Formats: sequence, structure tokens, C-alpha cells
Amino acid sequence: MRTSVVVIGAGQTGLAVSYFLSERDIEHVILERGSVGQSWRSERWDSLRLLTPNSQSRLPGHVYDGNDPDGFMTMTEVVGFLDDYARRIAAPVRSGVTVTSVRRRGSAYQVGTDDGTWDADAVVIATGACNTPRIPAVAEGLPDDVVQVTPADYRNPDLLPEGGVLVVGASASGAQIASEVQRSGRQVTLAVGEHVRVPRTYRGRDLMWWMEVTGRLDERYDDVDDIVRARHLPSTQLVGTPERVSLDLNTLTAEGVRLAGRLAAVTNGRAQFSGSLRNVAKLADLKERRLLEFFDEWAVEAGLDGALGPVERYEPTRIEDEPPLSADFAADGIRSVVWATGYLADHSFVDIDVLDRKGQLKHDGGVVTASPGLYRIGLPVLRRRKSTFIHGAGDDARDITEHLAGYLASVAVDEAECAVG
Amino acid sequence: MTTTPTANNGVNTEVLLGARKALADEPAGAQFTWRATNEWLHATHTKATVKSYFGLGAEQGHKVESTFEMDHPETFGEEDNAVTPVEYVLVGLGGCLSGGIAAVAQNRGIQLRSVKATIEGDMDILGILGADPDVRNGFNNVRVNYEIDADASEEDIEALVAQSQKRSAVFDIVTNPTNVTVSVTKA
Repeated sequence: MRTSVVVIGAGQTGLAVSYFLSERDIEHVILERGSVGQSWRSERWDSLRLLTPNSQSRLPGHVYDGNDPDGFMTMTEVVGFLDDYARRIAAPVRSGVTVTSVRRRGSAYQVGTDDGTWDADAVVIATGACNTPRIPAVAEGLPDDVVQVTPADYRNPDLLPEGGVLVVGASASGAQIASEVQRSGRQVTLAVGEHVRVPRTYRGRDLMWWMEVTGRLDERYDDVDDIVRARHLPSTQLVGTPERVSLDLNTLTAEGVRLAGRLAAVTNGRAQFSGSLRNVAKLADLKERRLLEFFDEWAVEAGLDGALGPVERYEPTRIEDEPPLSADFAADGIRSVVWATGYLADHSFVDIDVLDRKGQLKHDGGVVTASPGLYRIGLPVLRRRKSTFIHGAGDDARDITEHLAGYLASVAVDEAECAVG
Repeated sequence: MTTTPTANNGVNTEVLLGARKALADEPAGAQFTWRATNEWLHATHTKATVKSYFGLGAEQGHKVESTFEMDHPETFGEEDNAVTPVEYVLVGLGGCLSGGIAAVAQNRGIQLRSVKATIEGDMDILGILGADPDVRNGFNNVRVNYEIDADASEEDIEALVAQSQKRSAVFDIVTNPTNVTVSVTKA
């Protein structure tokens, strides 16, 4: 089979790329291992909602048109939104096709799947950022009878065994799961490393509204001070709920969650926690405050200071005098561990020398310069801070498609010149 | 892009930032081994020597060899020829954090005028005496109190100290477990 461009993955980024390819009349297919929005369908927990409000559910040529712009979509609603989009733009999705390899064939590409092989001039990998849960090496020391889950297979508290739960990681996933497990009646210990504290709403507006209007989310990858750090930041401690509540460590403490430092080791049936809890909480408090000050300054400059609610500052994170430095799985009755320790993007199907020593794809804003015609979209801060947000897919897809169209044109010129020569 | 105000705390941040970039591509060069020797003198009085270390793929040497004597105080029934080993841990922690503060301040364009720290470690010596199996040998709490005069707001100074902890080797060593292997040969 042959086409000009193979897009791998029919999530928001793959569909947005398809939109712009169609706009330019570039022939393409989207190969999708499952159905449109497969990760949203199958790798998310029951209570999860988007962290961005409905007003930011925007894709090129497709916007949320419901009556709750401040609400947050459930996973079913996200899948419905993407399904509608795929239909609306007549995306050429081949469902149930798993890509097993991407190889170079001369100046072109061969994409192997479990349903035949595709030859293409260019390939766009749009397989999402959260393919493989990252489980730290200390997991090897866990007692055999302790149940381990990740946010990709966690569904709800009822599926965890009775007893205490150690949640490792205090980003959006870890904080949300810690909260609902604690509220289900199980004692949660939350191992807290570096995290990003933010309020859900500030001065009456959603955090994501602030992030967008101040231009923070549009900051480009080549303008960010420290791109390595920006790309590895844990997700903000946010939850999307109808009540629009904030979810920070103080909320969790009030619910009864016990805070501990970063999980540093597991030996002889004991978890050992770092003594750095106070500092990671302090770093998060200081960064939150800097962010709020940045918002306040923007509001004054934008002439909106009077139109917004009053300036707010939040109580520093409460840390008990002597946070636990260890926990004994048996003696303390901890029966399960939730690894909310982040994800890695999986590029193991790419049989081209474009991966770094950690197996991550080397790219410049999504352009895989070492292999012309190969592109990636939908990684953290790929081209902008909003690259992994639903409404971030559009601008990145437009840029990538523009570059790709230029590449196809240059290849066509080369071929024409060869034919003449 | 905002321009960073210039400050001169004497830290060569260009070398640090250059090393960060170079070593990210050449991770083998980033593997360092620090070493010290220790020799028993008499009673609990010992002497440590530091001269060489390994890094950037080769043996390296300090400009001068340094020696550090350690002993235990008269409250322990010893001669108090020098400070205790645990006090060196406090020395190391303070040195690491203050050095980090200077480097971070330099990088952020904050001029330091004075940086002073008091480092305290609480210890229940029933642990090392073996008198109570529930008491650990080491510090049960470490407190570091900084007094800093610098061209920056209180909040920016707090952020300096927090960032220094985040990047500090000794802070990490003190706050996290490490596998330690002690071997012995008969001389």
C-alpha cells in the first residue's frame, strides 16, 4: 500500500495533522491501533476529567459548543468530542491497525503494521506522550504480596485490595488518586517529590484561563529558558470537577492523607522516604506565588485588575514536624502501591537511528532532523508549553504540516531533477 | 527573553553551564569518584587525608593535600584532639548548601553581600551507645539556619536557598539512603 504521509495515532494531534494535510490536499492515512482517542478510552481511571475547561476544548475547525464552558469533560465526553471531530473532517482513519515498525527505504519510509505494509514519503508519529508508565527501579524491592498499579491500569479505589495504600508521586494523577482512595476509607501515604502547586481558580477565573491569556501556554520551545526541565516538569496538581475545587497537599492533608518525602528506597519490606519533603513543598509554594504575582502584574498591564476578583495568596503547605522517613508494608498494613511517577513515550517501533541514550526521540520542535520526512507531535513542550493540551494540538499540527509540505515539495523537486538529469 | 542583571559572587557559572551541556552528551565523563583515606592514630583520634579524585574520565588531583583530624570530646571520656566525625557531616552540608547558594545567586544575577549559616544536628546518643534499640545512630533532625544579605527580595532569597537544597549533593546524601559497602583486608 502506498500513500504520501502516514500519520500514526488518531488522537487529538493525529487528527489535527490530518485536518491540515487535507487542507493542503496531501494524501495520507491515519493508522490507529484501536479506535479514535484510544488512550482516552482505555488507559484512564473512572473519575478522571480533563484538566482544561470545556472552553479550551478546541481543535482546528472544531470547538466545544455545549452550555458549560467552565466544566471539565469526562473521558467519555472527550472520546465523543474526538469522534465528532474525526467524522467532521472525514479523517482517513484505519482503525485496529497497530504499527510495528518504521523504517527508511531510500529517501522514503516503510511502515510495518499487523495488517500489511505502507510505503510513504513522510511519517508523523502522533502516538501521545503517555505510552509507558515510568516505574522507578526501587519497585524491585517491594514485597511480593503488595499489589502494584499505575494510573494506566488503576480504575477506582474498589479494585485495590483492602488496607493501606502508598501512592508514589504528587502530580495531577498522584494527587487525584490519593484523594479518592483516601475518601474511599483507605489510609493513603503519599510520597511527594518535586511537584507543581496551582489553584484551580484564581481571582474568579480558571487557572487555565490565566495560563492562556497571559501567553504562558504559547511560550515556544526555543524561547523556554531550560527546555530539558520544562519537558520533564511533573503535571500540575489539578483536578477537573464540577465543583472546580483546588487539589493541593493541604487539601490532601485535610482529607487524612499522610504526606511523606520522595520514595527513596524499598528494602527488607520497608519503604524509605527522603528527608526533603519540606524543601520540595517550599519550592512548590514559592513557584506558585511567583506564578500568581505574574498573573497579577499581567492583570494590571491588561487593565483588568479592577474587573477580576481580589488578589489571593494561599497558606503555605503544611508539613508535620517529623514527616515519616519509612513505612513497613506488613506492620503498617500497606497492601498496594500506585506508581503515579510519570510516563515515557514509547518509540521502540522506530527502527531508525534517531533515539538518544535513554530511548527518547531526538527532535527539534517535532522535526526529526536526523531523518528528513519524519515528524513527532504531542510530546511535552514539543513546540509550545501547550503542546500536550487538546487546544495545543492545532498550532503544533499547523507548524508540522507546513514543514512537512515544504519537505514533500523539495523531494518532488529532487526527483524531477533526477529524471531530467 | 528577559535580561539577567549581572552580579559578581565569584562563581564561574559559564564553566558550570558549559559542563552541563557537554556532559549531557558525554555522560561517561560525568562519572566521578571522590575519595578520602583515614588512619587511626590513638584511642578515637584518627586522621583523614584527601588528595586525589576521579572525574572527566581521568585521575585528578587537588592543588593541595588536605588533612582532617577527628576525635571525640571529653563528655565521651576521650581526649578531644579534634572535632567529631558527625560534625564533619554538618561541615559538608553547610559547605555544599552555601556554595550552591552562591552559584544559584550568580546564575540569577543576585549579588550576595553575606551568607552565614548555623547547622545543627540532633542526636540521641542512646543509639550509638547501644542502650536503646529503638533509637537510630544518626541524626534524628538536622536544622540549617541561614542569614543572608543580598540584593534581592526576601522571597527571592528563600528561593535561592530552596534551589540550592534541590541541587545539593550533601543534602541528597543526608536525606536519602545510600548503599554502603565496607570491605576489609588483613594488612
